[in-house]
Amino acid sequence: MPQTNGNGHAVAQTYVGTRTVRPDGVDKVTGRARFGADFSLPGQLVGRVLRSPHAHARIVAIDTSRAEQLPGVKAVVTRDDFPDQSSEFIPAGEMLINYRDVVRNVLAREKVLYEGHPVAAVAATSVAIAKRALKLIDVQYEVLPHVIDVVEAMRPDAPLLHEDLYTAGVEPKPAKPSNVAKRVEISLGDIEAGFAKADVIVEREFTTQPVHQGYIEPHAAVASVSEDGSTEIWCSTQGHFIVRAHCARLLGLDIGKVRVTASEIGGGFGGKTVVYLEPLAVALSKKAKRPVKMVMSREEVFKASGPTSGAHIKVKMGATKDGRFVAGYAELRYQAGAFQGSPVQPGVMCAYAPYDIENVKVIGYDVVSNRPKVAAYRAPGAPISEFAVESVVDELAKKLEIDPVELRLQNAAREGTKAAYGPKFGPIGLVDTLHAVEKTNQYTTPLGEWQGRGVASGFWFNIGGETCASLTVNEDGTVSLMAGTPDIGGLRASLAMVAADELGVPYEKVRPIIGDTGSLGFNFLTGGSRSCFSGAMAIVEAAKEIKADLCARAAKLWDLKADQVEFKDGHVRATGAGADKHTPMSVADFAKVAGKTGGPIGGYGRINAQGAGPSFGTHLVDLEVDPETGRVTILRYTVAQDAGKAIHPSYVEGQYQGGAAQGIGWALNEEYIYGADGKLQNAGFLDYRMPVASDLPMIDAILVEVPNPRHPYGVRGVGETPIVPPMAAIANAIERATGIRFTDLPISPPKVLKALRERGLNHPKNGS
Amino acid sequence: MARVVLVGNLVQLTGGVAQFDLPATSVKHLFALLAERHPALAPHLEEGVAVAIDGQIYQDTLLEPIAPDSEVFVMPQIAGG
Amino acid sequence: MAKHHVTATVNGDEVEFLCETEETLLDVLRDTLTLTGSKEGCSSGDCGACSVTLDGRLVCSCLVLGCEVGGRRIETIEGMAKGETLHPLQRKFLEHAALQCGICTPGVLVAARSLLERDPDPSETEVRYWLAGNLCRCTGYDKIIKAVMDTAAELRRR
Repeated sequence: MPQTNGNGHAVAQTYVGTRTVRPDGVDKVTGRARFGADFSLPGQLVGRVLRSPHAHARIVAIDTSRAEQLPGVKAVVTRDDFPDQSSEFIPAGEMLINYRDVVRNVLAREKVLYEGHPVAAVAATSVAIAKRALKLIDVQYEVLPHVIDVVEAMRPDAPLLHEDLYTAGVEPKPAKPSNVAKRVEISLGDIEAGFAKADVIVEREFTTQPVHQGYIEPHAAVASVSEDGSTEIWCSTQGHFIVRAHCARLLGLDIGKVRVTASEIGGGFGGKTVVYLEPLAVALSKKAKRPVKMVMSREEVFKASGPTSGAHIKVKMGATKDGRFVAGYAELRYQAGAFQGSPVQPGVMCAYAPYDIENVKVIGYDVVSNRPKVAAYRAPGAPISEFAVESVVDELAKKLEIDPVELRLQNAAREGTKAAYGPKFGPIGLVDTLHAVEKTNQYTTPLGEWQGRGVASGFWFNIGGETCASLTVNEDGTVSLMAGTPDIGGLRASLAMVAADELGVPYEKVRPIIGDTGSLGFNFLTGGSRSCFSGAMAIVEAAKEIKADLCARAAKLWDLKADQVEFKDGHVRATGAGADKHTPMSVADFAKVAGKTGGPIGGYGRINAQGAGPSFGTHLVDLEVDPETGRVTILRYTVAQDAGKAIHPSYVEGQYQGGAAQGIGWALNEEYIYGADGKLQNAGFLDYRMPVASDLPMIDAILVEVPNPRHPYGVRGVGETPIVPPMAAIANAIERATGIRFTDLPISPPKVLKALRERGLNHPKNGS
Repeated sequence: MARVVLVGNLVQLTGGVAQFDLPATSVKHLFALLAERHPALAPHLEEGVAVAIDGQIYQDTLLEPIAPDSEVFVMPQIAGG
Repeated sequence: MAKHHVTATVNGDEVEFLCETEETLLDVLRDTLTLTGSKEGCSSGDCGACSVTLDGRLVCSCLVLGCEVGGRRIETIEGMAKGETLHPLQRKFLEHAALQCGICTPGVLVAARSLLERDPDPSETEVRYWLAGNLCRCTGYDKIIKAVMDTAAELRRR
């Protein structure tokens, strides 16, 4: 079996790298697995939220008295039930969150800032009564002018969302507040000198619309608060420790008194890293003295949970005539929604990350507008900026008459390349993914009329973070594994495989669960492509503890010194002279005598995982444009991406395919459509058009593996990078198919048709 | 001396100075040295930055050692979705 | 308004329940009969996560009223396995890793079984169009289609 030498860690791999059946699979294919809305407590009440009908308004008064008097209503909460929070930024990854904003997003205080903004919540004995109660809450609004579009929101005369928002990152501090929360910038070299060296310059502007993560499972939570303040929460979340922290903070509870259990989660993609219903359910339960269950409708999900930013982007790139990139400039204007905190900072850092360019300058603006506050969405910020840059790279390729893959190879970041955001890259796989794409059959498949081929690359940093995992050996030699990051899609299988190989036990004997917040130390959330990377590291640490413990027990049993025993291939063995005298003992052998040799056997890994390695990917798409309808059909699609080491190849492929599908939707159909009244017009799956099975072909996934030297198995996070390249790859392919460069997403049929008509190109294909 | 570079908006808090040669022995020590020279940096350093040491990005690690000839970047924090 | 009294057959068992006029079959299955395998993704018949069969016909249970199913035969995901034996589709989904988060899986399995019952040899395109009413956001559908085609092939060999 192949051994891994990543980070000097050598363990025989029986399971890692194979395609095992996931241990939680049977429950999921039989409907037994319990997601957020599948859990109920005896005596529970139904919670519902009253939401703003206006895009922007001052709240003059809220009167809940009539609702409180309705029989069957057990509690009503408003802003008065949540203490105000001071303005204080807490890091939550790149999107620093401010609790003053969080408490206002959970329930509006002075103003409502988007249609759907929560204003009050009720708990009642039935759905019908809860709905009636909402109608009995009287809210007086003073409607204000609203602003939706990011560029509009930046104008000095735009309606102002926050009177105390002064643009940070600008010297001197502006005299007047505005909707521009922050300006950020990175630069390298001398951008003017760079452009002066260029033989070819391409300058373009792009727009993207907000798109939703589109998880099929709406937000759901059940909360139960006891008379002594102990609080239990069951919810669908990417981070139950984060939910605990937010609820404790917002409601003034001791963290230790709040226990959160993560249900199975029906998709998150970043959108379930924040709280919406949980604090409301807790507040209602506290008042009603009964459990409260709250579930969002699909309309509420679209109107009131964070999509990602819409944006306006300017890109200007310069290259020499032999294809060397000499200057990369960009201006990114990202819309943050009602409160500051768009992912413009990582967007700025990622824009030119795949390339070795001496002169780079990227400026970003974080802009508020009357839309739901944006939440993270798979590689937040990067898909938008890299859509723009990768489109311009393609135009450079065309102007220079260099193959787009060759142009990227010529300028690709490699080990030792200085990233635009500062540090040098370690070993990375961008070049490998470009070569992989060149070698596919797809790359040389002949294309017909109205067909085009496009390529684009992408990147995400990936993170590690605080992670705790435990391994417990049971009396019969089976191993209980407890991890602390919700399993979004295959994590339990991967961790069980690592544990099985570490301890030399059969995979079927390892039973993984996701522990609640009372069972483990703090775990950062599932996101940032970290759960397998960090979880595997923590399992390795837990296994090390067990191995050391078993060696110590064996040494005592065999009357040997510590350095005369070792753990190898699933057994403790005596080494040296005494080797033949002592039968090697497996984990299961020790399990039988655990009590007699010191007590139960277990290990606990508690780390702040560092050493995450970036994952680069390249996508290749063949598509066909129908000149009669403007519809774009994807014919062939390949994803080549660096996984470092694929613990479970099927689930790594699954990330590639799923991320690509989301990117295809983002490119071709998905967008938030607002009316002039600032209200969302397509708050449902019919008109918020995500890809369905008949829209897509098979998506070929190529696993490139450039091991991450900082991880015991060489793992790199893979979940986010796949959504970064598709939009540009598709825009590039459409350009080849039609000669038209589309710069505004989505490239939906009406837009394509309009552009074709304007150029007199919309006649039917030959022979039809 | 570690060669330290500030990336992004932090440069505005140092009056435009982006590069430093500092005898920092750990991330915690680095933050202390930077804050000494530019007190406005202090609140931003403890929370909200990542530190890259010789190409490897670290987040939330005060105790990580820095070697005498390391190349260090102080940059905005990152997470994901 | 008095509730409706309804008797029907669910997964081969006779059931009896009361429901309000406006309650959907999905509400009844999940809340009254506590069969939470069928999922609510949209309540507007667009996502297919609530798919069941009604007298053998594939429907979105969010678009059927509880009071409409009197005397009729309903099959949900909970009835797909027979005792300890998984349906071949369920087995193949696990083998092919045709699920990631699993929320769409019950609906997809019910829909896929419905397809194979009427067409044992569908083409890839036919499978894709039949499943177009089942949204999946995690997988990009690739492994789902492969699992269904592989199951069809295995069933044909029997």
